[in-house]
Amino acid sequence: MGAALSRLGRTGSFLWSAWSGLAALALLAAAWQAGHEAYGEFILPAPLDTLAAGFAILSDPKAWNVALLTGKRAVEGFAVSALAGAALGLAAGYSPATLRLARPLVTVLLGVPPIAWIVLAMIWFGSTDGTVILTILVSAGPLVFVGVAEGVMTRDRGLDDMARAFGAGPVRRLTTLGLRHVAAHLFPALVVALGMGFKVAVMAELLANVGGIGGELARSRANLDVAGALAWVTIAVAALIVVEYGIVHPVRSEFERWRAAARPWGVKR
Amino acid sequence: MSALALSRIGHAYFGRTVLDRIDLAVAPGEVVALVGPSGCGKSTLVHIAAGIVEPLRGTVAARYHRHAMVFQEPRLLPWATALDNIAYPLRLSGMRGRARRARAEAAAARAAFDTIDLDKYPVELSGGMRQRVAIARALAVEPDFVFFDEPFTALDAALKRRMQDLVIEAARGAQFAALFVTHDLMEAARIAHRIVVLDHAGNGVAGERPLPGKPGEREDAAVFATVQSFLGTDPLFRHIHDVDERKVA
Repeated sequence: MGAALSRLGRTGSFLWSAWSGLAALALLAAAWQAGHEAYGEFILPAPLDTLAAGFAILSDPKAWNVALLTGKRAVEGFAVSALAGAALGLAAGYSPATLRLARPLVTVLLGVPPIAWIVLAMIWFGSTDGTVILTILVSAGPLVFVGVAEGVMTRDRGLDDMARAFGAGPVRRLTTLGLRHVAAHLFPALVVALGMGFKVAVMAELLANVGGIGGELARSRANLDVAGALAWVTIAVAALIVVEYGIVHPVRSEFERWRAAARPWGVKR
Repeated sequence: MSALALSRIGHAYFGRTVLDRIDLAVAPGEVVALVGPSGCGKSTLVHIAAGIVEPLRGTVAARYHRHAMVFQEPRLLPWATALDNIAYPLRLSGMRGRARRARAEAAAARAAFDTIDLDKYPVELSGGMRQRVAIARALAVEPDFVFFDEPFTALDAALKRRMQDLVIEAARGAQFAALFVTHDLMEAARIAHRIVVLDHAGNGVAGERPLPGKPGEREDAAVFATVQSFLGTDPLFRHIHDVDERKVA
């Protein structure tokens, strides 16, 4: 009963915090409107018009397929980079030699601009989903990797010793302490990787001409359709917001309940 | 037959010997206080005895059924409630659900930890309450041997006393043996049956003294007199307050 009530309370406060998010978006819309009034309809269409154009696009079932295609690619690429980054990060965190070898590689991977990866991937995979997913993997994977490796390295050795004193073997220590501690570092990295996934997916689609939101943006550019382009951008951002606040944040707050308990009063994140 | 027997234990960190030729035996139900000047390796010794550190030389013969440990810091999982922290070793040994909860609650009661605080996270608890959780966690596994590594050093005098009484009571009630590391002779004289003094350089055991009476039945004045006589006339305790900051864990 108490647990259900506290869950209800946390869900309520999470939903209530949407107001501050809406306020921030309204501020952005106000700045946008000011830009529209200063530069005119062609350069920057009004936010309401863009929104209307967005709704007009989404009233067409074909447009939903386009948005879902991009969303699917972004989430697929994100899932692959999250899994690969987390697995390799765990290995590197527990093995300092691996980490020493991996760090320069991470720097190289992150140093190559995503656009260069798109070109390479197009040569390797042609105009397919593989191009998009590979590009997301090489740009978002290292972020997750670094986050997880840092998490493993900053684990509390005192807790490890405590678990050992109570008879926990290496596997039990990993499952009950290591992974739980890493989760705190994993989630911020996942949020960044997810955003990266959507951005890179749209970019790769635009350049590789494989349809999706990127493909629609390319067409809007060809037609000088600024309102259409902005509408598609808005749809891409909306898709990101849905995934981030619908999945990543609730899971994370479930893991971070004890942090919230540390500050029972005042403004919460 | 001793519950724990350490023989010829030796250990070194990065080639520097911190412990050498340590022989120590603890009888079932006996509380042994291990004292020695700061940095003499007593903490390392108890870590070796508890199986956290692999000794370089020598053997640890454990003939007890199940051990538990209380550290200097509470070492609680920050993401788990007090109850889940107490139940953590039970979770490790595969105990589930209702039985685990009941056992953890019983252990909390024995450590005089208030039931209404069981759902709180460690960040919400005071230092003394956290150490109570750590003691309850150790009692939860129903150990017949408990290692204490300077558990009350960070607590204030009044709280320290209450925690010592708690350990004395628990040791009498559950009949567990204990190896209690401390640098506080008063604490050792209250809690233990026997005091073992480690050599100031970790070079073997310097000596040992039995304590008169039983823990929990000694008058404060008697405890104080014992400590005074140790410090004033007994050569064994001459180096006890020497400070040697060789930082060894």
